Amino acid sequence: MKHFFLASILAGAMALPAYAADYTIIAPANPGGGWDQTARSLQTVLQQEGISGNVQVQNVPGAGGTIGLAQFASQQKGNPNALIVGGYVMVGAILTNKSPVTLKDVTPIARLTGEFEAIVVPAASEIKTMADLVAALKKDPGAVSWAGGSAGGTDHIAVGLIAKAAGVDPTKINYIAYSGGGEALAAILGSQVTAGISGYGEFEAQVKAGTLRLIAVSSGERLAGIDAPTLKESGLDVVVENWRMVAAAPGLTDEQKAAVSADVEKLAKSAGWQEVLKTKGWQDSYLSGDAFAAQLDKDVSATEGVLKDIGLVK
Amino acid sequence: MATFDFLLQGLWVAAQPMNLLYALIGVTLGTAVGVLPGIGPALTVALLLPVTYQLDPAGSLIMFAGIYYGGMYGGSTTSILLNTPGESASIVTALEGNKMARAGRGGPALATAAIGSFVAGLIATLGLAFIAPYIVKLALVFGPREYFALMVLAFVTVSSAFGDSTLRGLTALFVGLALSVVGIDQLTGQARLSFGVPELLDGIEVTTLAVAMFAIGETLFIAAQGAKGPDKVEAVRGSIWMSKLDWARSWKPWLRGTFIGFPIGAMPAGGAEIGTFLSYAAEKRLTKHPEEFGNGAIEGVAGPEAANNASAAGTLVPLLTLGLPTTATAAIMLAGFQQYGLQPGPLLFATNPQLVWGLIASLLIANFMLLVLNLPLIGLWVKLLTIPKPWLYAGILLFATLGTIGANPSVYELGMLLAFGLLGYAMRVFGYPIAPVVVGLILGPLAEQQLRRALAISQGDVSVLFTSPIAAVLLVVAAAALIIPLILRARGRGEVLSQLAANED
Repeated sequence: MKHFFLASILAGAMALPAYAADYTIIAPANPGGGWDQTARSLQTVLQQEGISGNVQVQNVPGAGGTIGLAQFASQQKGNPNALIVGGYVMVGAILTNKSPVTLKDVTPIARLTGEFEAIVVPAASEIKTMADLVAALKKDPGAVSWAGGSAGGTDHIAVGLIAKAAGVDPTKINYIAYSGGGEALAAILGSQVTAGISGYGEFEAQVKAGTLRLIAVSSGERLAGIDAPTLKESGLDVVVENWRMVAAAPGLTDEQKAAVSADVEKLAKSAGWQEVLKTKGWQDSYLSGDAFAAQLDKDVSATEGVLKDIGLVK
Repeated sequence: MATFDFLLQGLWVAAQPMNLLYALIGVTLGTAVGVLPGIGPALTVALLLPVTYQLDPAGSLIMFAGIYYGGMYGGSTTSILLNTPGESASIVTALEGNKMARAGRGGPALATAAIGSFVAGLIATLGLAFIAPYIVKLALVFGPREYFALMVLAFVTVSSAFGDSTLRGLTALFVGLALSVVGIDQLTGQARLSFGVPELLDGIEVTTLAVAMFAIGETLFIAAQGAKGPDKVEAVRGSIWMSKLDWARSWKPWLRGTFIGFPIGAMPAGGAEIGTFLSYAAEKRLTKHPEEFGNGAIEGVAGPEAANNASAAGTLVPLLTLGLPTTATAAIMLAGFQQYGLQPGPLLFATNPQLVWGLIASLLIANFMLLVLNLPLIGLWVKLLTIPKPWLYAGILLFATLGTIGANPSVYELGMLLAFGLLGYAMRVFGYPIAPVVVGLILGPLAEQQLRRALAISQGDVSVLFTSPIAAVLLVVAAAALIIPLILRARGRGEVLSQLAANED
């Protein structure tokens, strides 16, 4: 009896944010997803490498990360010990959800990881190359069903860009949104849809086993160890990278911002982090300071354009 | 039989005293965190995963398996004793389990849940080991139209299984369906019924609704009755162990639950809840004691609990054979596996047999430890009910709130918890069943999305819904389940049927 309550209270305490932390990282998503995994990897490496003594991760899920972002911007203002994980998906979610809080309301520190999109078809499909897929798309855009992640997310944006580059009306694409990679992958494997699009990591094992055919990747150049042409080689001028970043609270002094940036840089360069990238199959896309800020602006305006084209943002 | 050798080898490693201790620690931690309402196995595993990193691979895998099964089981304990489902898969358990607990039969209810979980876990883990590749092929045949047909079947069987009045049952179901459309539409990304409140964009959390409806609603109901509340809770009546009759009535539901839960868990869009709903509906239809349903029928605990655990093992089928994480828990497990250098996917069984069989052996051991830990504790757990009512319900309120806030620290979540608690109270007062609301919230979005996906893929051609053989069979079964009772009633056998539909909460 007593033990039950003790255990429950202990467990409850673990579930609640602890305030005695050197860093508190907000993962604006449910446990298990990409942002959560990034936040928890940051936690492990920051502690392992002795950059921070105590790191807590707190999940604030909802609406493509915009709930967590809004809460972070208002509650952590001026707190140099608070970090939030985010990424490209957040850029789209802010626009589609008309979020009043945007990435301008936090202090982006650095881009950490990236993943390129992969376009696959079932092994038994008649479509052999990206050119075949584009031909089918031009013939009847509605007849080509694409399985991918949530509506307005990176996968959806990439399909919109592909259609646009191929000269097809992006509002006509037949995009079937699935929550989470697992369900989409099952639909592609079961030949329920024409093609699938997601981060390469989602498909890697299937491609290696020969159950899916990889017909293109969305990187600028061919990727090492991946036998597939880029979209550019297939005649479509599209490069999409689903990146993840870490940001600090708004209202920091320059010294505070520099201190956080230094810690993050130490992390990104550490052997522990490189090991994490390798086991998780994430690309190292570390970019910080003004270069990152410029890239972020570019991504935001490009995303806004394509979401308007698809018809998700008016 | 190389596979068998690997399994035996894995079992031998897992049975080392040190590893058994890790399994016990894992199960204890998992159960302790899992009992908090609102904190499901996903969060439990996420919170406790770092603990396992400190150990060697074998030890950490074993502790991890323990945490997983412990977290799964923790939810049913609070469902049964406090009417507070810890997670969506144990909602159905609360229906009969809590009635049993209040009639002094909490011991047998907990025992049948624990042993049923063990039996189901054992069979399903063996199923995972030997028939996973075949099951997964079956699961892939299920496209949007087949899922939609399955949802139709679930709606028909479930809505007729809850409550004595069809009208009241359907009303409650539609309340749930209405709540299920709140939030961002999955297929177009547009917000519906969120009234500009960002916290509503992701829809209503199932566990928040369940905890509010069951725990808060119940607490308000009891409090409103004051001292003259009729239902005097009896902590223990008769033995706290299962009697011969309990065993006789439990073993078939365990097996049926396992065979319903495992394949549904293995489907990429199945989910543990649907298995528990179908199992409950099946038990209610097959029981020889229909009058007890709604008043604490042991079958209603045994079946769904077995289904719940079997589908947990079923989830591992697509995870291990395809690398598909189909639930949040599975996604976290995937992260855990990567920590041990295990890359789930179609090649896993070929490239990493030792680790896979090690994991399966760990699951078997964890399952066993769960039984070892929980059976002796039953005596302790049921004493919980001897706490004076004001303290007990105050405690329930505290833990319900703590769990919800712990899972999602937001003022809106707390507001929703209270608002739905009031709704649950009102529904109790006016005699509407609670469970269909939660069922509607869970099944509604699934049915809607699958229907719209099927139609999008076919570009609006409705006939695809009936032209797949699997979908056609499922729809015919659903139609039969709907029409046959009507025919029977028309032929003057309605009295039997209305007797069958015993009343419940």
